[in-house]
Amino acid sequence: MSEQPVLEVRDLHTHFFLRRGVVKAVDGVSFSLRRGEVLGLVGESGCGKSLTALSLMRLLPRGGARTVKGEVLLDGENILERTPAEMREIRGRRISMVLQDPQTSLNPVFSIGDQLREAIQRRKRAPHAEIIKEAVAALRRVEIAAPEQRLDQYPHQMSGGMKQRVVGAIAISGEPGVLIADEPTTALDVTIQLQYLKLLKRLQAETGMAILFITHDFGVVGRMCDRVAVMYAGRIVECGPVRQIFEAPQHPYTRALIASVPKMTGPPPGMGGRLATIEGQPPSLMDLPVGCRFAGRCPLVEQRCLDAYPGTVRIGPEHTADCWKVVPA
Amino acid sequence: MAIADPPRRLSLWRLVWPARVPGGFRRTARVPWIPIAIISVIVVMALFAPLLAPYSPIDQTLRDKLLPPAWLAGGSDRYFLGTDAFGRDILSRLIHGARISLIVALLALTAGGGVGLLVGIVAGYLGGAVDSVLMRLVDAAFAFPAILFALLLAVTMGQGLGTLVIAISLLLWASFARLIRGEVLSLRQRDFVALARVRGCSAPRIMLTHILPNVFNTFMVLVTLNIGVVIIAEATLSFLGAGIPPPTPSWGLMISEGRGRIADAWWVALIPGIAITLMVLAVNLFGDWLRDRLDPRLRQL
Repeated sequence: MSEQPVLEVRDLHTHFFLRRGVVKAVDGVSFSLRRGEVLGLVGESGCGKSLTALSLMRLLPRGGARTVKGEVLLDGENILERTPAEMREIRGRRISMVLQDPQTSLNPVFSIGDQLREAIQRRKRAPHAEIIKEAVAALRRVEIAAPEQRLDQYPHQMSGGMKQRVVGAIAISGEPGVLIADEPTTALDVTIQLQYLKLLKRLQAETGMAILFITHDFGVVGRMCDRVAVMYAGRIVECGPVRQIFEAPQHPYTRALIASVPKMTGPPPGMGGRLATIEGQPPSLMDLPVGCRFAGRCPLVEQRCLDAYPGTVRIGPEHTADCWKVVPA
Repeated sequence: MAIADPPRRLSLWRLVWPARVPGGFRRTARVPWIPIAIISVIVVMALFAPLLAPYSPIDQTLRDKLLPPAWLAGGSDRYFLGTDAFGRDILSRLIHGARISLIVALLALTAGGGVGLLVGIVAGYLGGAVDSVLMRLVDAAFAFPAILFALLLAVTMGQGLGTLVIAISLLLWASFARLIRGEVLSLRQRDFVALARVRGCSAPRIMLTHILPNVFNTFMVLVTLNIGVVIIAEATLSFLGAGIPPPTPSWGLMISEGRGRIADAWWVALIPGIAITLMVLAVNLFGDWLRDRLDPRLRQL
């Protein structure tokens, strides 16, 4: 860990301030992302994955969301302290994003050539012909066939997978050091998903950018990521290299999550085999317990789990978990 | 297997009101030729009024006053649609009146519609306090008696084209703003707007290049559908004496002048009344067609 990480998040808190109370959707998230690395951020719906991503871009949803505490260090500088105008310079060039739904990610009234041009022209001024050439190259880079013809087409003339690639081409046109991919394959067909993941992986290898990959699909994590961070009720409960998380998960929540992924071996559900589930519900983010947030659903719960939050325990060189029961290295 | 079309009777009515197809959607491909023809005639009348009108719209020939249209007993060949109480040719006044109607419609829709479009986009995109303030203004504009306000304006500023346009614009902008805002609210939630911000676009840039082109269809349809409203408003205000001052020919003013003699010289009021009805009906039917035409969900069918 001698090299400085491209992105380091320290103790990030983003809360919703509503009339009914404060929703602590992101409540003390810390992780770091190294150059050329893919970090998976997994967790169930509503655990704060997407809000973490939006906090990093400083594009919080309207309606009372605010980052109240923490640091987001991009190449060592805290971007939470930048002005909105400085943030606009940072977005797209140093940190960029791909969203879930390709159907609404492109503006329906502009040709994709125009949309690519908008992104390229923001980065540099150049004669029209040169910008066009660059747009064609950007499309070629995301493996779109006959890019010259595609430039004049509109989003509705393309398939979902193709649109998502164009979105990707726009996102990386500013050559960002960090790409946040918020469930980019959820809306795609399974066969297209695989292609898209391979493409992302290749682009990452070519450009050396780091990817924060948000998903709830462990299969995708295994294919894409170098390390995984598991999020539960606004906090990262376990973080480590993919192999270790899959083979020896330490936190009871991670174990339960991995157990609930259907396997290709053994009897399928409905024919003797039953898929493991996690009983109960995550705690209300408006009224979080003092102790461990998973205590209410944990099979190993003890008194001390209810009394105090365990804190982050280092298990291996790169493996940490927030649990009283794990054995420190 | 070839599917034979059922023999369809050619009917003029079908041109204006397309048949329903089994899916329940109205077939939208049919172009409304009759409304387009009516609109074209009126536009040509407005553009070339001095060339087309047989007489001056203002000059009085008192000797020929209150002549009925040519095809009625006592009508004269010289005045096809008859004359009014001052002996002015109604056809000529109708032709020149089209000019006033269209100028007022153009100016009022540009001003009122433009303001409404701007307010709608800004309120819808920025949201929050800006939205609340602007939308309360819109509510206030709706609650205000527009005709009364126009009369007040006419009294304070004096009658004239400018007053009329301002009065009608004030009547229009609020409904434009409300509808456009609703559209922008749903556009704002789309990912391409979020991604434009990710790319580092500023709020004015997003409103101008990403929101505006997406609401432009809606805006054009609103403009078309409101031409009728403007023409009626112009006629109403001119009728009430708050619009175009006489002797300039305006359709509303012509009705107003004929009102007193509706029993013995009905054509003086009725002919401009028919003109207004035809014009408004034509632009509304055209607007309906345009709305269906520009709706992307129907375009795919």
